[in-house]
Order: sequence, then C-alpha cells, then structure tokens
Amino acid sequence: MNLGMAKQKRIGKIVYHIGCLILAVMMLYPLLWMIFSSFKETDTVLREASRLLPSKWTLENYVNGWKGFSKITFGTFFKNSFIVASLATFGAVFSSAVIAFGFARIRFPGSNFWFACMMITLMLPFQVVMVPQFLLYTRLGWVGTFLPLIVPYFCGQAFFIFLDMQFIRGIPKDLDEAAEIDGCSAFGVFGRIILPLIVPALVTSTIFSFIWRWEDFMAAFLFLNKPENYTISLALKLFSDPSASSDYGAMFAMATLSILPACVLFIFFQKYLVEGIATTGLKG
Amino acid sequence: MKHKLSRKWWKNTLTGYAFIGLFCVGFICFTIIPILSSLYYSFCDYDVLSPAKFKGLKNYIALFGDEQFWVSLKATMMYVVFSVPLKLIFSLMIAMLLYQTNRMTSFYRAAYYLPSIVGGSVAIAIVWRQMFSGDGLLNSIINAVFGTHLDKSWIGSTDTAIWTLIILSVWQFGSSMLNFLSGLKQIPVSLYESASIDGATAVHRFFRITLPMLTPTIFFNLIMQTIMGLTCFTQSLLITRGEPMNTTLFSAVYIYRTSFKFYKMGYGCAQAWVLLLIIVVFTALLFKSQDKWVFYETDTRKGG
Repeated sequence: MNLGMAKQKRIGKIVYHIGCLILAVMMLYPLLWMIFSSFKETDTVLREASRLLPSKWTLENYVNGWKGFSKITFGTFFKNSFIVASLATFGAVFSSAVIAFGFARIRFPGSNFWFACMMITLMLPFQVVMVPQFLLYTRLGWVGTFLPLIVPYFCGQAFFIFLDMQFIRGIPKDLDEAAEIDGCSAFGVFGRIILPLIVPALVTSTIFSFIWRWEDFMAAFLFLNKPENYTISLALKLFSDPSASSDYGAMFAMATLSILPACVLFIFFQKYLVEGIATTGLKG
Repeated sequence: MKHKLSRKWWKNTLTGYAFIGLFCVGFICFTIIPILSSLYYSFCDYDVLSPAKFKGLKNYIALFGDEQFWVSLKATMMYVVFSVPLKLIFSLMIAMLLYQTNRMTSFYRAAYYLPSIVGGSVAIAIVWRQMFSGDGLLNSIINAVFGTHLDKSWIGSTDTAIWTLIILSVWQFGSSMLNFLSGLKQIPVSLYESASIDGATAVHRFFRITLPMLTPTIFFNLIMQTIMGLTCFTQSLLITRGEPMNTTLFSAVYIYRTSFKFYKMGYGCAQAWVLLLIIVVFTALLFKSQDKWVFYETDTRKGG
C-alpha cells in the first residue's frame, strides 16, 4: 500500500516535470527559432523553417546584416541605442530615488496631491499626450535629436518611485532621526543613509529601465527622423520592411543581436527583476 | 513657539519640494500641459501648417459617422476581451504549478518569464510575422507533422490575424505569473491546514481560500492589463499593420495614423480622448465593483 503510494507520487512528479519542460520549450521556441535561423543560409531560413538547427551553419547573415542601410551600419544604431538607454536610465533611476525620498520621508503640504498625480501617470495612455508632446518637441527643436527620448526620464518614473518608496519605508525612521540630531540635513540623510540602503532597488530599477529604453520603439518612431540617429528598434523595423529587404537571414541575425543586451541582463540579474515585480506588484 | 512651528513648516515644505521638484516640473511639462492642449485641440481643426481653428464639437460628431473608428474600437475590444482573461487565467495556473519549489523551479520561472522581457521588442514582432506567415514556422511544423500542404497566412486572413496578436500577449504571461506567485506566498499556510482538518477538497481550497485571497492581485492585474491592452500599439503596427480589412487596426494605431499620416491632429486628439474616456469608465467600474468581489484582509498593509 505504502509502496504503491510512493510510486504514484513519483509518477506524479515525473508527469509534472515533463509538463513543465514541454511548456518551457514552447515558451522559448520562438526565441530559439530566431537565434538558430540567424545561422542558416538565408535562402533556407523559410524553406527549412520546421527544423530548428541549421543544416549548414553560417555567419554570413551577421556580416550582411551589419552593413545596415543608407550606408549606415548597425554599429551606429547600437551606439545610438546605448547612448539613449544609458542616459535615460541614469536620469530615471537617480531622479526616482530622490523623488521617492521626498514622498516617503517628508511631510509637506501637497504631497498627497502630487502622489495622486504620479498614480495618474501610471494609467494615462500615451496616445492622449502624443500630439501635444510632438508639437512641444518641435517647438523646442528637439525632434530629430535624442532629447525627447532622454529628458522626460529625468523627472522620475512612477514604477521606480513606487519601488524605491517600498524600500525606504522598510528602513527604520530612527536612523534618519539619529542622523538629524547629529546635524545631518535632509539631503545628508538621503545621500548618506537612505541611498546606500536602497541599492537593491536601484539595481532593479537600472536593469528594468535599461531593458525598456533599449526596446522602446514608439518614442523613437515618433521623434527621430534621420537614419544616422535611429535607435536599434527603429532601424530594425525599417530593415525588416518587406519593401526594403527580403534577406531573412540578415533580418534574423540583427533581430538576435538587438535583444542580446536584454537577454544578458535578464540572465545575470534575474533575481532583481523577479524581486522588483514581487515588491511593487506592478508591471502586470 | 508659533514662530518656531511655522519655521519648521516652511523648512519641511521647501525640503519636500526640493526632493519632488523634478517630478512636479516633469508632470507639468510632459503630462498636464499636453493633456490640456490635447483636450483643446480635440475641439479644433489642426493640420500643423496653419493655426488651430476652434470648431466646437465637430470632431466628436464626426467620430460617430467614422466607420473606421468603430472598426478600430471593435478590434481593440476584441483584443482586450480575449487576451486579458486568457493571460490572467494562464498565469494563475502556472503560478500554482510553481508554488511548490524544487530544484527546477528557478529554471521554469526564468523560461516562462523571459518572453515578458523581450515580448514588446521589434525583434519579436519580426519573429511573429515569420512564424505566422504563409511559409512560416507554424505552417511548416503542421505540414511536417501531418504531411499537409498548408500555406494559409495566419496574419493575412481576417479570422485569424487578431489571434496572432492575442497569442503574443498571452505568451508574455510571465510578469503576471510572478505577481500571482508573490500573492500565493503571502497566503498563510495555517488557512490551508485548518481547511484540510475540516476535510476540504483541493477544489474547495482553491475556490474558498486561494482565489479569494488572490483577488487583490487579480484586481490590480486586471486594471493594468486592460489599460495596456486598450493602448496596444507596436504589435499591431509592426506585425499585422492593422490588416487584413482593418481587423487588427487598434485604436492606438488609428490615432497615430489620423494624427501623423493624415495630419488631422485635432481629430486624432478627439479619438485619443474617447480612448481615455473608455479607460476611465472601465477603471471606475472596476473600482466600484471592488467591494463585491475583492477581498482585503484587514490586517495586511499591502493590498495588491
């Protein structure tokens, strides 16, 4: 009897793992298919679509794809994306931490009002502000430059403010008060006590922000207009337009390269991303 | 004493605004002023080249007769109505599977979560197009397995195109799954223990304990996913391009085309405001329905 139950339990476990593994393969298959297709000879990409591994491995797609278009190589697009994503991330992470401290630790008139405003930005569809923002950037002479993709992030991002606030609330207030008695100003408390203690939240914000800014398509699509300024997302979109290219191999090769940074960050910092979602409950 | 208090008040106010000042500036410049100007433009004819001309309700009245607008609303609704519940049900099921941890759990979690990280990218949009095209991955797998000669383009036919986008959305169930996982971990084990003693079956435990305790998470996800669904842009623009026969022309794409392809900025703003109104009504209804089905434990601070 006992033996039978143990056996049943083991079979149950095996079924569970087989099920989970099948699902994992299904989930990852589109990505694997993209990666392996990028190593197939370009005219066999679709002909051999049903097989995952290339019958003949080649790096030619990467060489051809890297050439890009309009005499601009993908090196430029990568560089542009890197500049935009790094600066926007730096701005978003730093400003969000400063703002979070203000909301979490200082009682001042209007703080509830501004906090409500922050929640609004979480829910406001971009389509509503799209046209006026475009007109504003046009007037400022920002259209065609990286500025619209960077500057707004220096004013904080609700998701990160929220995340930092959760961390700051977990820090005992006695620490702040002790430092204040020792003559620390609010800025000193923030810089010397709070900031070092919310490093995990800052790391989480940095990773999320970099991935999102790296993959962002819409802002680049609306506000960039010169090929030499294109980010990788926008370049990839134009590169893959049916009118521009039928080189499927090169398309898959550049697509693979474009998500490589996000995947690498994901693999190394997975713990931080998972925790970020668990603490805020946001980004559903 | 009073003097001292007011000095402290001033000091706090100044320090407070020194910290959140950046947010206030950003909110005013990039959110509030654009919202108000968008509202104003929605009552105007505006083609960028000549100044905006106030036309009252003209744009809103025109919307009623604009067949494409209704088609786009219908497509957007269809997308939301199917993708959001499917994604939530799926992510809850998988979260329950991963609740008991073992050696493989972190691998499964990573594998299921990775698509959420890359799903919104242009790269995946390209892959999706090739997966569901006539000579793409799906057909070649079906043909290889069943020996058929299928060459139907899933993206090109009116009855399946929107489903390729719904599948893409459900494929990114990872972050909802993580939300549910952390929700599940917060349910006290003692609840399940006492239920077992009372002889409750697994089905009972799910519907009487797990589901009610998760309602705050479900509530929050429902709101965020619906807003994301209603404003879905990139996927529709890149994968199906609104085709075929406008069956995947989502509101966000239509608004973009009206504003930036046909330069009817005022009309585009009016459409955006209708979309915003739909979101506000929907969110308000959900919040109203809260006390009917969302269960908040009185002694936990974090609701959802």
